[in-house]
Amino acid sequence: MIRVELSKLLRSRRTWTTILLIDALPTLVGVLLAVTDLGPRPGEGPAFLSAVLTDGTLFPLAALAIVLPLFLPIAVSITAGEAIAGEAAAGTLRYVLVRPVGRLRLLVAKLVAAMAFVVLTVLVVAATAYVVGITLLGDQSVQVVGSTSVSGTSLSTPELVGRTFLALGYAMLCMLGVAAIALFLSTVASSSLGAALGTMSIFVGSSLLLTLDASEAIRDYLPTRYWLAFVDLFRDPILWRDLQAGVILQVAYVAVFFTAAWANFATKDISA
Amino acid sequence: MSGDTAIRTQGLTKYFGRFEAVSDLSLDVRVGDVYGFLGANGSGKTTTVRMLLGLVLATSGEIEVLGRPMPRSGREVLPHVGSMIEGPAAYAHLSGRANLTLFDAMAPRSRRAGRRARVEETLDRVGLGGVDERPVRNYSLGMRQRLGLAAALLRRPRLLVLDEPTNGLDPQGIRDIRALLLELNAGGTTVFVSSHLLAEIEQLCTRVGVLDRGRLVVQEELAVLRAPTGRILLGTREPDAAVAHLGRLGRRVEQRDGRLAVRAPDAAELNAELVRAGISVDELSVERRSLEDVVLAATSAGNDTFARPDRPDGPASPAVEDVS
Repeated sequence: MIRVELSKLLRSRRTWTTILLIDALPTLVGVLLAVTDLGPRPGEGPAFLSAVLTDGTLFPLAALAIVLPLFLPIAVSITAGEAIAGEAAAGTLRYVLVRPVGRLRLLVAKLVAAMAFVVLTVLVVAATAYVVGITLLGDQSVQVVGSTSVSGTSLSTPELVGRTFLALGYAMLCMLGVAAIALFLSTVASSSLGAALGTMSIFVGSSLLLTLDASEAIRDYLPTRYWLAFVDLFRDPILWRDLQAGVILQVAYVAVFFTAAWANFATKDISA
Repeated sequence: MSGDTAIRTQGLTKYFGRFEAVSDLSLDVRVGDVYGFLGANGSGKTTTVRMLLGLVLATSGEIEVLGRPMPRSGREVLPHVGSMIEGPAAYAHLSGRANLTLFDAMAPRSRRAGRRARVEETLDRVGLGGVDERPVRNYSLGMRQRLGLAAALLRRPRLLVLDEPTNGLDPQGIRDIRALLLELNAGGTTVFVSSHLLAEIEQLCTRVGVLDRGRLVVQEELAVLRAPTGRILLGTREPDAAVAHLGRLGRRVEQRDGRLAVRAPDAAELNAELVRAGISVDELSVERRSLEDVVLAATSAGNDTFARPDRPDGPASPAVEDVS
């Protein structure tokens, strides 16, 4: 079933359109930076963006930092929100289930497909940004040995590559959390739009609560609390505290919402 | 999985909230039957079909499909069951071929070897063998219906459960599908067709169950339901003379839309009596109860009419609608 879902994902024109649209923003940012040479000052704007004018190879990270807080979660909400509700609306859900495809298997396959979508998007964004970075931005990196960490010290290239992969893994875990919420709502809502919008309102609401001092008591449990903690991977030494908390929190969200999705879907009457 | 019952339910009941959609239903479909499941829209046919396939969970009661309990044994049973539930559905952006390939790949233990051949053979069966790669989005209703049937037939099922299989087909298409179903049945496939089209069931089925407001009101061999009424229909150019003559012979005669219904045991004998009296006979046939009569007698007013209690004269004669 997983293979079937992946093949459906790759053959859908919408998948590629979405990825292209997501990819457009960081590319536009890169081009604008290259043309104007006006980078944000260190500490301002999206993470890493201040560094890319000196070192273009950092642009993939900057691009991910641009895409992660908003575009990627929206795309994941839509993809995972459609998982069950979309099949139900198209009428294909009943035919899938009588093949038979077990309900748990279907949920797992849908979650895997949503994650495959994230991986694909991240890879496309990173690759495009790398090309943009080395062709348009920061050719100074040739003179500098290694790259600069957020803390100001130098990172060797292998270190940088390793930390980049860790950061990608962390970002994907965060998106898995989003996908699990969207999947649960998809088993509840009768329209995929409802499930997607519901998921988006959860993380928009969470981001809003994070800015309030009054929500101090619950802030550590909000789903978006540690989303940007991957930046800490590029400090020297790595600041693990938020990353650890983030991993635990996201794993908990995935477990709770996936279980809820299964509990709801396993005994649901499929009347669509 | 043995035994000679294809589908058996006992006391099958389904509530949606406080609404009782299916009530104490005991179906009995035998292997080799072409079983017609009749009922007005809203009578609970589709809910029943969904319960048989494990899509909707029964509130109470037992279901056995191909000798195994459902939905518990769905994994073993469903691969042998082909179904079409409330119209066909497919991934609209893919071609019919791609859809069948995906559906084939979804089934447990489905092997890639021979998949292409299975898909092509099934397309041929339903008359879509020559279809191009256009997406299903651009299919006509009839083509979608054929594709839905193809998806049901993919794994050479032993039992076919079809809900309104000829919906949206033109007369030629209806005839094709009927011939296909009969051919499959001759090859040993049990066919369970739910429909509100009496004529369709009448031409196809060997056994009939009639559902009315969630209750099974009739379950019988079609041949028994359509037993002769003991009257013979007579068409003649001299009706007055015929009535007078038959009255003298002591036979009861009624008018029936331009023909005479004569109570007589044997058509040949009646013919001889009339010819002896010099009355020309244009047409003679044994009168049988039509399925429509049976259904109308067994069911109450239509399941989708909700007349106000204070206006009992409401809609006059709905009962099973779309009767053709």
